[in-house]
Amino acid sequence: MLVTLLRRLMQSAFVVVAMSVIVFFGVHIVGDPVWLLVNPQADQADIEATIRALGLDRPIHEQYFHFVRGALAGDFGKSFTFGESALKVILQRMPATLELAIAAVVMAIIIGIPLGLYAGLKPQSPISKTIMAGSIVGFSLPTFWVGLMLIMVFAVMLGWLPSTGRGPTATYFGITSSAFTLEGLRHLMLPAINLALLKVSLVIRLTRAGTMEAVHQDYIKFARAKGLAPRRIVGVHLLKNILIPVVTVLGLEFGNLVAFSVVTETIFAWPGMGKLLINAIQSLDRPIVVAYLIMIVLLFVFINLVVDLLYSVLDPRVRLSDRAA
Amino acid sequence: MSRLVTEGPAPAEDKADVPPREETPLARFWSEYRESPLAVAALLLVAVLIVLALVAPYIVPQNPYDLAQVDVLDSRLPPGTKSSNGKYTHWLGTDGAGRDLLSAMLYGLRISLAVGVMSGFIAMALGAAVGLLASYAGGRTEAAIMRLVDLQLSFPAILLALMLIAVLGKGVDKIIIALVTVQWAYYARTVRGTALVEQRKDYVEAARGLGLSHSRIVLKHILPNCLPPLIVVGTVQTAHAISLEATLSFLGVGLPQTEPSLGLLISNGFEYMLSGKYWISFFPGIVLLVTIVVINLVGDRLRDVLNPRLKR
Repeated sequence: MLVTLLRRLMQSAFVVVAMSVIVFFGVHIVGDPVWLLVNPQADQADIEATIRALGLDRPIHEQYFHFVRGALAGDFGKSFTFGESALKVILQRMPATLELAIAAVVMAIIIGIPLGLYAGLKPQSPISKTIMAGSIVGFSLPTFWVGLMLIMVFAVMLGWLPSTGRGPTATYFGITSSAFTLEGLRHLMLPAINLALLKVSLVIRLTRAGTMEAVHQDYIKFARAKGLAPRRIVGVHLLKNILIPVVTVLGLEFGNLVAFSVVTETIFAWPGMGKLLINAIQSLDRPIVVAYLIMIVLLFVFINLVVDLLYSVLDPRVRLSDRAA
Repeated sequence: MSRLVTEGPAPAEDKADVPPREETPLARFWSEYRESPLAVAALLLVAVLIVLALVAPYIVPQNPYDLAQVDVLDSRLPPGTKSSNGKYTHWLGTDGAGRDLLSAMLYGLRISLAVGVMSGFIAMALGAAVGLLASYAGGRTEAAIMRLVDLQLSFPAILLALMLIAVLGKGVDKIIIALVTVQWAYYARTVRGTALVEQRKDYVEAARGLGLSHSRIVLKHILPNCLPPLIVVGTVQTAHAISLEATLSFLGVGLPQTEPSLGLLISNGFEYMLSGKYWISFFPGIVLLVTIVVINLVGDRLRDVLNPRLKR
């Protein structure tokens, strides 16, 4: 077990290092950020001063080692456009993104599980077929297009919900979130639905497949024979067993949600990390781009590591094949 | 030879003796495919979209990128209005720069399809080559390649594409590079899986016994048998590529304004949406949506027809 853990840790570390090299060198090939930063009337001396201040005059491998030393201490350099530490700028926007992703997961569960249960319990009914057809459409719709339609219908035509920004936030237990104020919740609705849509389809399919498999198993038949109310059979016995794969997959998909929030945040002007990344790519703000990408690679490597380790704890076959290899 | 021509009514009794006509694989495939009317309709729509994209410059009422034909005074006209010079009726309205939306959309469809199909083909060729290499070489080469594939597939496509765009910058060629890089792994995994099964079969053993060269065995014997799953993945991935390109263009990090794909048209219309001028984003979006959905439907049907496990 310890060997597996160490080996996986080393692989993860290798991925992070490789990614940092690719990202850092790649980002430094593109464009010259100096022209965006200096005043158009600046003379040669000013330009050179700016280049020196940003450390852009040194050879690129030196810049990389400087970057790595800083990154290990949590310093990714100063953002060109904000003039603050890149990591700080990103961390400031992280709660908004996490809030959106968590709201989307909650929504996927609230909408997806009941629909999936229904489709699994009554697979032949027309409503179930509609649900399944809808989930196929949900898979193929581009996220940004759905976002636009949500704005068009609910914000422009009906005027029910706001379409931009995060709304007022409130702080409880050290967590600042717009979910704590009514106005903030209204702002959260549309972006969360938009981001949740892909995952709703996924949850529907997982729940349906699990339900269809479980209803034929002995423990459900036994519960029926005992004369338990159908509501209790479905709500307690069935649900408990099908939730495990659903929760596992949703955990795995969390990183995916954070990545896709780039799209949703841009549409709804949500002040999160994703919007920051898009702006940074357009304004060639290298420290922000590099710091964001490194952070997201870390997040993914971490999620994959945890899942892999959990599997090898839960499933002895994985461990055995690992030893044989 | 005229004596051989029998006169009078055709010999009906001979018909039973004629062996049933040998069915070509293509005919068999088509007879199975058309059992789903929805899939046939989807295929027809795909064909229509491709033809529209190909002939777009000849059928559009206006060349939307010829400044002599576009009048800024005509900008943001609602659908069905006549243009100020009375030449055209803008059936789907005009966009922010006064371009006829229908014309702009057909041009956009052309670019979207071209980028999607081209990146799909390059990724397919690259992925198939790598997948075949992995399965045929085996050992460390295979382990290294599949490790890379797994690693890449554990990152969401959009993130990888953004990462590459951040590194490469904008442009048609760069978008294609990004899309190919994002997609090759799907093809590699598919081909390697099929090729592993195929190369254990007797016909490959026979080809080896005949002393054929490695490249001949791989390209002429194994590859053709890997094609069915490759075609299925290719269809679905092309739809993905179109969707991804549209998303990147919408975010403003995809194609440049000089190559307006459907995604870019939608993006341009976004700023007018809040003031109720829905059509600038809405119609290109519908076309994009239809394109993606019909390609997916065709892919779904291909999967059912080409999957030997589902054969009746």
